[in-house]
Amino acid sequence: MTPERHSYLDAPYGLKAWLLTKDHKRIAMLYLISITIFFALGGFFAAGIRLELLTPKGDLLTPDLYNKFFSMHGVIMVFFFLVPSIPATLGNFLMPIMVGAKDLAFPRINLISWYLYVIGGLIALTVLAMGGIDTGWTFYTPYSTIGSSTNVSLAIIGVFVAGFSSILTGFNFIVTVHRMRAPGMTWFRLPLFVWANYATSLVMILGTPVVAITLCMVAAERTLHLGIFDPKLGGDPVLFQHLFWFYSHPAVYIMILPGMGVMSELVAAMSRKQIFGYSFVAASSLAIAILGFLVWGHHLFVSSQSIYAGMVFSIITMLVAVPSAVKTFNWAATMYKGSVSWESPTYWVVGFMGLFLVGGLTGLFLASMGLDIHLHDTYFVVAHFHYIMVGGAIMAYMGGLHFWWPKMTGKLYNESLAKVSAILVFVGFNLTFGPQFIVGYLGMPRRYHTYPDEFQVWNVASTLGASILGMGYMLAFTYLVYSIFKGEAAPANPWGAKGLEWTTTSPPPTFNFDVDPVVDEPAYNYNPTGKGVHVG
Amino acid sequence: MSTGHAPITPVRTYVAVFGGLAILTTLTVFVAHQEFGALNTPIALTIAVCKATLVVWFFMGLRYNTPLTKVTAASGFIWLMIMFGIGLSDYLTRSWIHVPGR
Amino acid sequence: MSAGGPHPPTVLGSSAHGGLAVAGHGEGGHHPRQQHHFYTMGQQLEASILGMWVFLVTEVMFFGGMFMAYIVYRTWYPTAWAASSNQLNVIMGAINTGVLICSSLTMVLAVRSAQVGSRAGQIVNLILTMMFGSTFLVVKYFEYAEKFHHGLVPGPNFNPHHVLPDGTIEHIALPLGSQLYFSLYFMMTGIHALHMIIGIGIMLVMLRWAIKGRFTPDYYNPLEVSGLYWHFVDIVWIFLFPLLYLLGYNYRG
Repeated sequence: MTPERHSYLDAPYGLKAWLLTKDHKRIAMLYLISITIFFALGGFFAAGIRLELLTPKGDLLTPDLYNKFFSMHGVIMVFFFLVPSIPATLGNFLMPIMVGAKDLAFPRINLISWYLYVIGGLIALTVLAMGGIDTGWTFYTPYSTIGSSTNVSLAIIGVFVAGFSSILTGFNFIVTVHRMRAPGMTWFRLPLFVWANYATSLVMILGTPVVAITLCMVAAERTLHLGIFDPKLGGDPVLFQHLFWFYSHPAVYIMILPGMGVMSELVAAMSRKQIFGYSFVAASSLAIAILGFLVWGHHLFVSSQSIYAGMVFSIITMLVAVPSAVKTFNWAATMYKGSVSWESPTYWVVGFMGLFLVGGLTGLFLASMGLDIHLHDTYFVVAHFHYIMVGGAIMAYMGGLHFWWPKMTGKLYNESLAKVSAILVFVGFNLTFGPQFIVGYLGMPRRYHTYPDEFQVWNVASTLGASILGMGYMLAFTYLVYSIFKGEAAPANPWGAKGLEWTTTSPPPTFNFDVDPVVDEPAYNYNPTGKGVHVG
Repeated sequence: MSTGHAPITPVRTYVAVFGGLAILTTLTVFVAHQEFGALNTPIALTIAVCKATLVVWFFMGLRYNTPLTKVTAASGFIWLMIMFGIGLSDYLTRSWIHVPGR
Repeated sequence: MSAGGPHPPTVLGSSAHGGLAVAGHGEGGHHPRQQHHFYTMGQQLEASILGMWVFLVTEVMFFGGMFMAYIVYRTWYPTAWAASSNQLNVIMGAINTGVLICSSLTMVLAVRSAQVGSRAGQIVNLILTMMFGSTFLVVKYFEYAEKFHHGLVPGPNFNPHHVLPDGTIEHIALPLGSQLYFSLYFMMTGIHALHMIIGIGIMLVMLRWAIKGRFTPDYYNPLEVSGLYWHFVDIVWIFLFPLLYLLGYNYRG
């Protein structure tokens, strides 16, 4: 047996071999471990928030501490979990295999991106140990520059470094998709997961640097007194908001697009059917990425932004919903008259579709300027984005993790427990965030640790839901980790799915394919016309 | 075995581009001293864009690169224009609406 | 999409390729500098160049944020912008512009030297490039020192003044918005200078490799790609110079 025939998990052996690896699959697993740690940490802060909000009075946390809890929850979940999640784990693992390559274009830069993530994470943990920040994950000026006495500058450095990690991932994906495709793998034969991550990478490249420099300006104002946003010097705090949201709105597309890519893969596989309207789904990924850059002002409706600019932002925001809707319709159309098997990934898929739908539709409420005046900074907004980020992105992440788990680890997890976990997450999620739409509409503001008594029943329901949600995630963590040690060995293609990743072993060898693939069939070729993917 | 490198440009081409850049620099300093009113800025920016184009096309070798690389280079510039343009749409139109007391 | 599509299938069509997947260096015509995951040197070069341009796009957006702030505040405070620009030393700025243009020339000549196989050319031009870069930084240092001297650093010590030959202090009245100007001046030129320092560091590595003879006419990717970075830093300055230094001539105090 030549060394390359060993699975990537086994050879080469040893800690140093893992920490100095250039194998995209190992880097994906390193990311998986570190991201999970930050997810747990972000969840801890969420638990603190929900426990405090069980009662109308501020009796668990002081106001300052509460501010720190939601700020740390946001910073960790956005920058250290959601932004890297699917691209750095599933994307790193699958992208080269799906295009038929031996690795990403720049394997060493891939490793550097993981180290940068870890360094950024360690800085964030240091900030935590030094008391955290209380500016919200949005770092609005002038509070972040002049008002807050917490370790804002250090937190900014941590976010900056993690952002650079994200840029390196995106840049690697772009070059890989353009230059490393196997013979016969034309653009329109690519899996939609690749299209989605490619679009995501465009956003990472074009948006992340802007938030990087903006946060640098905040740090410069704090440390060097370069008061760029200081009103006393004639500066405009709203300029910060423009620059911040120029990235942070596209950032939400960084967080959801890969999930949509996962969805396309899972829907096709679980329905045993070619994705309905493949080219529309592919094009809509690009449309979302591009349009997503034109709408950031909808976060500034209640700042002193010009109403005329607001009108433009409002209209384009409604437009950006269209490609997302196209995708949702196409997934549904794929499942219609498909041969749908109710295995655990399907549960996550169906959960995503319902929850993303609600999240997307409520986004339209907020896109409307007049309505946003009333809903801005209420729990309605919180519920909206959690429906997309948790109900959408995290469910897609979980679905993808389950679907590709046998491929990545070579082990099968417990199907029944997986279904239970999906149901717990779905029920828990809706109970957590459904009431928040109501209580937000009724006027409960976000980022407050006290509220009027009449909102308590909704908050209690929400906290109960959060407990169930947490149990669902912990159950998933348990059986997935258990499967690594005690799970049944997985075959090469446990789901009977199409795609280059299923033509190689579970787990794959270090260089992915024993012989280089040549592609001569479309993606999701579930109704073959006689040809197949021949490997070699 | 082709390694894909670009053809070799003669030294005099590079020196000519350098000369062009030097001339344009002198020009921009000269123009700044003249009174063109509101046109001073557009002229200065045009000269800067010309200089940048010379560097990109000849020194960075973009003329020999693939169409994809050219599109990539252009996209940076385009995205910058998106940020400036839409961002300014706020600042330039704020005064269009009259709020009592402001 | 064939122009930008996968590498030529002819390389893969050969039966030798199946062996190349597990082969080591030097077998089947592998260039010693070709990395495992690439099929050809051409693919590797194209990927590197595309990669560096993608990275430069991120740098454009990075500096772009500061340019955005510049544009907004310049429209708000045109007189402050002109008056503050008047405080800058145009001669030093122009010298620096000239120095960077020279460095771009020597940089491209260094790459060309590798193309034609001249090791001496690479070394000389790389050293010249670094010298020009360092000159830039030295001039910058003197410029910054002058700013400090005249109290033009924003913050609590912002106190624009001249010291006259007889020792008296003459205050300079700068309008509201001037501290914003200087904040952006220091941030933009500072971050640019940081990129310059990084560039010189990269050139040191390139010089070491050039001396070792690592670059040949069929492989000089790192040099070419570093050159792209260097030219980009020059381009940023091409825009900074007129926007920061050349505003004040038509200012009627």
